[in-house]
Order: sequence, then structure tokens, then C-alpha cells
Amino acid sequence: MSLLCLREICRKMRSIKQTELEPLVRRANQIRTEVTQGGRKPCKDVIDVSWGDKHRGGVQPLTFVRQVLAACLYPQLIHSYKLPGDVRQRVQSLLGACDGGSVGSYTPTGGISYIQCSVSNFISRRDGGVPSSPENIFMTSGSQRSIMQVLNMLADFHNQASLPTGVLTAVPTYSSFKMMLQRLGAAVVPYYLDEEQCWAMEVEELRRALQASKGVCNTVALYVINPGNPTGHVQSRKCIEKVIRFAAEERLFLMADEVYQESVFGEGSEFVSYKKVLSEMGPPLSHTVELASFHSASKGFMGECGLRGGYVELVNLDPAVMRYAYTLFSTDICAPVTGQLALELMANPPRPGDPSYPVYAQETQSIRAMLVHNMSWVPEFLNNIPGISCQPMMGGAFVFPRLYLPQAAIEKAKVVGMQPDLWYCKRLLEEAGVCVGPGCEYGQKEGTHHIRLCVMTPVETMEEVLKRLKNFHLHFLKEFS
Amino acid sequence: METTRLTQLHLFHSNHYNESVLVASPLPNISWAISGTECELQKPNMTENGLGNRVLNMDTMNPNVKRVEYAVRGPIVQRALQIEKELKEGVEKPFTEVIKANIGDAHAMGQKPITFLRQVVALCTYPDLLEDDKFPEDAKNRARRILQACGGGSIGAYSASPGIEIIRQDVAKYIEKRDGGIPSDPDSIYLSTGASDAIVTMLKLLTSGEGKNRTGVMISIPQYPLYSAALAELAAVQISYYLDEDKCWSLDVNELRRAVKAAREHCNPRALCIINPGNPTGQVQSRQCIEDVIRFAAEEHLFLMADEVYQDNVYAEGCQFHSFKKVLFEMGPEYSSVVELVSFHSTSKCFMGECGFRGGYMEVVNMDPEVKLQLTKLVSVRLCPPIPGQALLDLVVNPPQPDEPSYATFIKERTANLDILAEKAKMTEQVLNTVPGIHCNPVQGAMYTFPRLSLPEKAINAAKEKGQAPDMFYCMKLLEETGICLVPGSGFGQRDGTYHFRMTILPATEKLKVVLEKIREFHKRFTEEFS
Repeated sequence: MSLLCLREICRKMRSIKQTELEPLVRRANQIRTEVTQGGRKPCKDVIDVSWGDKHRGGVQPLTFVRQVLAACLYPQLIHSYKLPGDVRQRVQSLLGACDGGSVGSYTPTGGISYIQCSVSNFISRRDGGVPSSPENIFMTSGSQRSIMQVLNMLADFHNQASLPTGVLTAVPTYSSFKMMLQRLGAAVVPYYLDEEQCWAMEVEELRRALQASKGVCNTVALYVINPGNPTGHVQSRKCIEKVIRFAAEERLFLMADEVYQESVFGEGSEFVSYKKVLSEMGPPLSHTVELASFHSASKGFMGECGLRGGYVELVNLDPAVMRYAYTLFSTDICAPVTGQLALELMANPPRPGDPSYPVYAQETQSIRAMLVHNMSWVPEFLNNIPGISCQPMMGGAFVFPRLYLPQAAIEKAKVVGMQPDLWYCKRLLEEAGVCVGPGCEYGQKEGTHHIRLCVMTPVETMEEVLKRLKNFHLHFLKEFS
Repeated sequence: METTRLTQLHLFHSNHYNESVLVASPLPNISWAISGTECELQKPNMTENGLGNRVLNMDTMNPNVKRVEYAVRGPIVQRALQIEKELKEGVEKPFTEVIKANIGDAHAMGQKPITFLRQVVALCTYPDLLEDDKFPEDAKNRARRILQACGGGSIGAYSASPGIEIIRQDVAKYIEKRDGGIPSDPDSIYLSTGASDAIVTMLKLLTSGEGKNRTGVMISIPQYPLYSAALAELAAVQISYYLDEDKCWSLDVNELRRAVKAAREHCNPRALCIINPGNPTGQVQSRQCIEDVIRFAAEEHLFLMADEVYQDNVYAEGCQFHSFKKVLFEMGPEYSSVVELVSFHSTSKCFMGECGFRGGYMEVVNMDPEVKLQLTKLVSVRLCPPIPGQALLDLVVNPPQPDEPSYATFIKERTANLDILAEKAKMTEQVLNTVPGIHCNPVQGAMYTFPRLSLPEKAINAAKEKGQAPDMFYCMKLLEETGICLVPGSGFGQRDGTYHFRMTILPATEKLKVVLEKIREFHKRFTEEFS
């Protein structure tokens, strides 16, 4: 008998809900292998649009970014290879900021100071001049790591005796966040986004959710994703102001996950950061509301998920707490240097007049064109499929269309012992070779079903995906009519 | 309590929601007072009342976080960074640079990267370079193979959370080769963001229970303070066992026995952590010692955690690295089919010193399959380790072979790095042992020396007056007077009444000579000042 057996793993660990997506993706990879090995399948290949991962979907990395990174990794390139002048200059600045001139050295806890400055300047520029302090910026291995560390600070998750700590979390929300809360033994306090209003956030609903949690858990924080994942909603300035006021009234720590901020192309939509709005609301709120805003190199034009470059900016935190934040972040030693470099390049892309600018502009323009096209065309196409409805997409990376499944299909799913939309996704994968995320993974109103698709995908691929989805869906409806 | 929870959970679970919420008994709400103090947005202001009007203040913050300390990045390092800034600004000091001998970072101290490793990772990063004939064919082949295994052929795509499949396979092959053919299963290998990520994940998995049943974890004194920090954060119980300074920091099983027996009174000992080669002590455990530890772990039902990140850094004659897994399997099925073990490795140390890549892995042995599922689930929460780190690890475990073009250079660079470290280890021990009041055990392996200091009584009192540990007092003074940044022994743990510092042996040889001289002079001055 093992020493460490299941019943001895703490309840918290066991209670982490297994993601439904990983098994689907594994199956997708399996099918892909079988197809390449010549096994006969209904589909000739597998298209996976379940991840928020541009490169996986077929979008190319940005040339400037990869040239700078490669030369930082192997500095001999600066002299031997024909690299544009601005690439060489950037490499020299970055290597000059690394201890021993190497990207293989550890960096200070919050990150290379040169890069902390670049990032804080970027934030300030983005927010129309609102000051940003480099010491408040901590770079981490992906934004997920800094989210985890902030959650870690918020309450004593290990103390079984007191009320569990709660975090207001949107329904729907991507699953890793909920897994993080579960791992810490915290409670998800769900607030429902309004599907009919383009997945908007309503303060009344926040109030209801908070009220319902009283006596059940100690709700200390409000987690907002803007632009939304999986919803594609972009909050208006007015909405952000209301949320900030609510957080101030109810003494909530505000966590604003803004990793999709570069991806806002819906008509009339504009990204404005929580920090900017907070600052413009003036004192006392601008000086007292505690805010952690998160960003990353994974989701914008760069799409460098694999480099694990993310950061958190901590605003209005108690200085004593900041000292402990520093210690906490120190135990990771530092973020991967390639991730930090990616953040610098995101904060400081080529400018008009720079030698790399023409190629950079052309590459980003083509990604922009892809997103603009997909964001308007995909919801429209989906809306024209009987049994599927899709809210307009304002920004972000995903659409989250609703499936109106026939009752017979729902019954069949029950018999198989699966959530109906998960079962739908499995069949879609096996029969049409398309991998999407099931709505149950993200949360939804009881009795509703959804799927999540990533639109940061080349147009031709997107067209193929939707064609297959439509065919599959029509057959599915027929089968269960 | 348990029944109450379930009942309340059930009540809360209305028809409207499909999200469950954890429940417990209610506590009174804390009331809130608004403070109207003005301040700049970027400078958090000090609140006027002691309690603080912030939501997240010293009273509401996770109390476990308050107990976390990490000396390697602690107050002395922060002071060193401050001094560096001052030097840049032109402030006059008795020295012209800060020498950061506090952290095991070879590149920061001037060690050059291994050419082959950087070539392949550069090729992976910018595949256009595959057309450049200045790159050797073996580097290109490695890069192509790695890229093929990446989503969309890019290192910018997420990988599966345990890591890229072919890299896990390569790691397994490396372990098999290292351990004389003992099989290694790629499914038991989890790539990680440095070894630290894997160590903390395992501790999280192991920690459970309440009160007297709370998990206890055995760790050496002195230890690498990630362990104590993680245990504090997890509110697990640290069970300290003392290494024997007089016997070259060796491990005595009787000491393990003493520690675990005492611990059983107040906690549930579950795991035994051992760092070999040791940090900060540099000792390389003998094969006999490793067998004894394995037997002890088997007897006491302890999960063995073997931190082996310095496995290539072995210098002293007569010393050899023995992997825990190899020894375990050579002890026969009585142990090899029963003892649960996890071993950790990393790209940060050894001959490559690529700390900034955050590459590493752990191998689990004899883990219960259901527990392994939980572990797999746990690692998926953090998405995936950085791809460049995974790629680098692949090259470390799959280096150029004798028949490949890059082999000669690779071996030359690897050997040079390890040889220089061996020389510096010896030099450090020799020089420090000539200083009256400093005693240094042989640096058998790893990257550090942990000499013992004799401090005058007056100095100890002066330190106490300042509210500082005496070795912190010593190290701070050393920093201010010479610019040399070391970490006081109190940050790693030591026997009461003894004082140490940890210094890396990494500065370039000439610089290291100067550093050692300065320490010698400083110690003389210090002893005189406080006599």
C-alpha cells in the first residue's frame, strides 16, 4: 500500500475540478496522429480552436520580436547576421540590462529594472499620462502566476476554522482561474454576466451575488476580465466606474485581468483600463481603491504564450503589504527572462521611421485585419445556423455562442453521463475534426449550453471550422429531431 | 463540522446556479472607516491609524505570508541593490562595484553560456536561421525536432502542462543512461519552471491535515530557504534535522531518528527532503549515507524528496554523485518497489548555469496512480513551463554525441566550466581557512561555501542591540565596507550560538581572489574593532 494515497491528499486538492478541455485536446492530438498514420477517420485532419493560442492556430510570430529574442539568446548574431539596426540596438540595450550580459542570469524579483521601466512607461502612455511606478510592477511566469500570488496574499486559505475566503467571479469565466481558487481552498462567488446584453456586467447582479455570499464566506475580492474570456465583451467606461464604486463601497480588492486589451475591434468598442478610469474618478477613490491589474505577452499581436511573460501592476496597496508581496514573489526568484524580454518588446514595439517598422506594421496589420474580419463575420455566421445564437463580439479572443440542443440530445447526454455541451464537443471532434471548448467548462446558467471558439485564427481556418461546425450541427439537429 | 458543511452546501446549491460555494460558520463582519488622506496615485500612502483602512492590510493579509522569508533575496540583497543604484548615481564608496556573491548565478558572475545550447534555442526562436550555413547541422536537427513538437511549429505556443512529450521522453532516456539502465517512464516526468516550481508543487500535494495531524516535512539545517518559505506559506510543519558541521556537513541517520521522533508529538511527518549535493553546505553524500536515508524513509513511511540540481557539480576527490533513484533500485525490490521518491533537477546549475530560462523537471517514483492523477491535475493549473526552458533542458539531457560536429566544442566548454568551478572551490576553502576566526569545510560540490565565523562577544551584543542576527550584522558591515554581498547563515538555519555566511564560488577567478582577500582583511578589522 502506498504511503501517499488518495485519501491523504487534502480535500482542497481533490476538490479541484478536472478540466474537461485537456482530455478533449489530448483526444484531438490522438486523432491527429492516427490520421497522419493513415488511419481512416471521418475527418481528414483536426482543427483545434479551443486554446487562446495564436501560434497554435497558425498565426505567425512577429519578425522583430523573434529577431531580437534570437540575438539576445545568441549574441554572435549581432555581428554575423544581417539584422536591422533597430534590432541590434535593442539587443544591446537588453543584454546591457542583464547581469553578466546574459539572458541566462537571474533577474531582480520584479524583473529587469530596465524592463519594469519600459512597462510602466507603456502603462502610462496607454492611460493618457496617468503615472505608473516601476516598483509596483512584478513580472511573472505568465499572468496566471501573478494572479495566484495576489490571491495568496488575500486571505488565509489554510485556516479551516474561519469562514472561507470568497472571490466574486464571473459566470462564465475561463477554468484555470476557478482551479486556482479551488487549489487555494477559496470559494467562487458567482455573478452572472447578461448574455442578452452582449454578456455585460451589471452592478445589481454583483450586489445580489455579494449579498448571497454573506454568512457563507468572507468575500474579499472582485475578479473582472476585460475584455472578457470567454465572452468577448468589452466594458464601457461607465460600467467600469460603477464597478469601481461598488468595490469601494463593499470593501473589495479589485483584480482586473486585462490580458486581451490589444484585441478590441468591435464597432464602437474601446478598451479603457481600470487604472485609468480609477485615476480619472479622482480622490478619494483614486487613492484608496486597491487594484491589481494583469497583462501578458500571450494574447496581443505577439501571441507569445509559450514564453510565459506576464505582469501585475499593484495600485494603492498598503506599503507594509507591498514588502511582503516582494518576499512572496521572491520565492519564485524571477520570471523567465525570455518572457520578460517579450514584455519589453510588447511595451516598446518598432515606431514609424525604425528600420523594422514596415515589416512590423504589415504583420500587425494583417493580424488586425484577420481579427476585425473574424469578429464581425463569425458571430453573424453562427447566428445564421438554426439552433445556434451568438452575441456580437466586441473584443478578446473567443466567441461563446449558445446551443439550443434538442431535448432528445440532452437526454442522450444524460444517459452517457456527460454534460450535454461536452458530449456535443466530443462528437464534433470525432465526426468533424473540430476541437472547441464546452460551455460547462466555463460556467453558464443552468439549462443553457454553449461552446467556446478562438477567433485569433487565420481566416481560411476559421471558415473551414465554421463550415464543418454548421454541417455537423445540422446533422445533429436532424438526428435528434 | 463536516456534516454541517455538507448540509449548508446543499442548502446553498439552488436550482439557479451550477457553481458550488464552500461554506463554513459565519463570523462578524469588520466595519470600515474611510480615510480621506491625499496622496499620489503611484505612492501608496502610510495610513494614520495603526489598523489601516486598506482592504488588504497587515491584519487581513494571509497570515502565512507574514511568516515567509527568503534570505537569498532578503534585506541584505535589497540593501546591495540600493548601493548599486547609489554607485551609478556617483555616490562615493570605499569600493567601485557590488559583488553579488549571494545567489548561485554563474552567468551573472561572468560564466559564458554553452555555445550549442544557445545556438539551438536561437534557431528555435527564429527559424529563418535554419537557412544560415553558419549554424552546425546537429544544432539545426535538434531545433527542427523541437519545433515539430511545438504547437503551430512555434515556441510561442502553449505546451501540454507536464511539458512537451518528446522532451519528457528525452529526459527519461537521460535518467536511464545516468542510472546505468534503470528504466524511467516519461509519464512520471513533469517539466517545471525551474526546480523551485516542482518542489513547491510536491509540497502542496503532500500537505494536509489539521492540528496534530498536520503534515510535517523534514529538511536539513542548514537548508536552501525555498523549503522553509514554502512550508511557512503552506502552514506545514518544518521538521529540522541537523547536518554535522564537524563531519563535513554529513548526515547522520540517528539525527534523523531524533528529529522525527520528537516531531511525531505534534505533527504527522510525511516527507523527508534532502539536497544532494548540498546547498548551502556543498557536501556530497556518500553512497552509504544515501542507503541509510532510504532505509530510514522506508521504516518511517516518509516520502523522499531528493533535490539533485547540483548533480554535475562534484569537485572533491573521493566524492561522487549517486542519484537517489539509482541507489534505491540497487537496494533491491524490498525498497525499490515500496519507497516513494521524487527527484528534482534544473537547468540553472551544473555546467550550463542557465538560471534565467527557468527550466527544470521532477521524476516521481512509486507514486500511487490516483495520487499521480491529482499531481497531473495540480500542474495543469499553472498552464505550462516556459518553452525556451523546456527546449534548453532537452539539450542538456540530449547533448552532442561524439560523432556530431558540435561535440568537440561542447565538451571543451563543459569541461572548462566544471574544472574552473573545482579550482575555485578548492581555492576558496584554502584561503578562508587561513583566516583566524573563519573555519571552512571542504567545498565538495554545489556552488557555495558556508564557513563558520567566530564572532567577538562585543559584536554579538552590538548586533542584538540593533535587533539583528549577529551574522546579519557582520554581513551588512561587510557589504557597506567592501561591496561584497553574502547571505548570513541565519537565513539558512544553523545551530544556536553558531554563525556562518554563504558565499558563492562563482566570481571569476581573479575577482574571487580579491573577494577572498577583502573578506580576510575585513574579518581582521572586524575582530579588532569588537575586541
